[in-house]
Amino acid sequence: MKVAVLVKYVPEPTASWSFAADNTLDRAAVDGRLSELDEYAVEQAVRLKESGVADEVVHVSVGPAKALDALRKALAIGGDSALHVVDDSVHGSDALGTSLVLAEALRRVGADLVLTGMASTDGEMSVVPSMVADRLGIAQGTFAGEITVDGGSVSIRRDTDVATEQVDVRLPAVVSVTDQAGEARYPAFKSIMQAKKKPVDTATVADLGVDPARIGLGAAAVSVVEISPTPPREAGTVIVDEGEAAGQLAEFLAGRGFI
Amino acid sequence: MSAVLVLAETSGSTVRKSTFELLTAARRIGEPGVVLIGDATDDVVAALAEYGATTVYAVPAPEAREYLSVPAAEAVVEVAGRVSPVAVLVGSGPLGKDVAARVAVRLDSGIVTDAVAVELDDNSVVATQNIVSGRYVARTKVLRGPAVITVRPNSIGAEPAPATATVVTVDVTFSDQAKGARLVETTPKAGSGRPELTEAAFVVAGGRGVGSADGFGIVEELADALGAAVGASRTATDSGWAPHDLQIGQTGKTVAPQLYLAAGISGAIQHRAGMQSSKTIVAVNKDPKAPIFAIADLGVVGDLHTVLPALTAAVRDRKG
Repeated sequence: MKVAVLVKYVPEPTASWSFAADNTLDRAAVDGRLSELDEYAVEQAVRLKESGVADEVVHVSVGPAKALDALRKALAIGGDSALHVVDDSVHGSDALGTSLVLAEALRRVGADLVLTGMASTDGEMSVVPSMVADRLGIAQGTFAGEITVDGGSVSIRRDTDVATEQVDVRLPAVVSVTDQAGEARYPAFKSIMQAKKKPVDTATVADLGVDPARIGLGAAAVSVVEISPTPPREAGTVIVDEGEAAGQLAEFLAGRGFI
Repeated sequence: MSAVLVLAETSGSTVRKSTFELLTAARRIGEPGVVLIGDATDDVVAALAEYGATTVYAVPAPEAREYLSVPAAEAVVEVAGRVSPVAVLVGSGPLGKDVAARVAVRLDSGIVTDAVAVELDDNSVVATQNIVSGRYVARTKVLRGPAVITVRPNSIGAEPAPATATVVTVDVTFSDQAKGARLVETTPKAGSGRPELTEAAFVVAGGRGVGSADGFGIVEELADALGAAVGASRTATDSGWAPHDLQIGQTGKTVAPQLYLAAGISGAIQHRAGMQSSKTIVAVNKDPKAPIFAIADLGVVGDLHTVLPALTAAVRDRKG
């Protein structure tokens, strides 16, 4: 079975992010890293290879030149090769555009199972995996806390707000995994070195046969009309408990109508 | 007035509060029709009508409940084809996200996720979001297709607006792809008797400072006294003191209750991402330098093991 993992290079979460004049995230202005939530997907893929279920693991990313860092990090955790789609025309793509490019990249890779994180840590949308599945005409199993491959299907456990679900997803499929799926291993130095030598294929949008009119800022079906920093919360009061705090808290809650 | 479609979510035979919030939002931009997966029982229809639904498109086909997400998406696409809505509103949970994604692709529509407000601006749908873990506010206009919007729970107050709802039964021919993920077993979350976390008006959450699974009992007691939901930081859930589905934060749930009381939670950025839109924030922590105090309306530097039980008693006293 061939497994592909979709990974994203995202701005460092602890850095200060800013927006460019076109209201897109200024990715060049900050350091980036492999999206933390994608690590869970990479780890699952590597475990599938180790258990002999998968014979090949390919990491796929659409991103600027620096996104290669994310692919090398993924390869250090494990995996055989990567496909990096680099193309300026992808800039400013919305979820529809991004999912189109990813779907075509995956068609080229030809995987039976596509693993992804449950969301990117910058977009935070949780929709691209399902969009990719729809474009490829295949099944999906999202927000999986646990996955087990069994013949022609993947059994997943999903935790929603109101229930725990056990779902059998027919392959080929896109499966997104949550942080419940098992911590990614910390790559050994040797793995990091080996990762540098693993093959990384690059492709442009034209290589994938994607119509450039369907991607990029100009093709987006949404437009961010305004971005402003969230107004800071007004500084509140801090009291030190010397035995009275509970009473003061109760006063405060009553004052705001909570009790 | 344009039609707006809302995907209803039910828990058993009860309509979830988030659906009433969607209907309230829908009414601001058009006339609400509901896509209901399942049978249109009198109770459910009445509840939807109470919040303004004028049509309920019922999809009773068993496949829609037997297979995950995609049949619901195809049902929404089918109904959207009939009514040409200006927007499709769904909840921001796993079902809503799955449905929104596929609907957006099929209708080639703009999609905005986790909206906290929805409005019409010159015939275009504009959604407001808190992005970058709540650090920025964005207003996003949909340029193409019926706007597909997932709405964050507890952001729009549900307001009744009684209407008369007509029921239309919809027959959907599901694609083979729609039957790709079969729901083998559903185990409803053990009713704790407490409100569901993402929908609760009040949340009491415990973190590292709680110290143990037993310690969490203190958090739960206060929650019960207040009629609140219980939440936890990642440290607490990773330590096994509270189940994972109570985790609030970037990799857990995002909540925006009226009151968020953080006990023994330092307030690291990943946790704040999940609760900083709470209307009132109260924090109890031993460490005066805990980052949570920067966003608390009232902060108490003290030992939660003393303060919380005393507060619980005080709350019970007041409630009588």
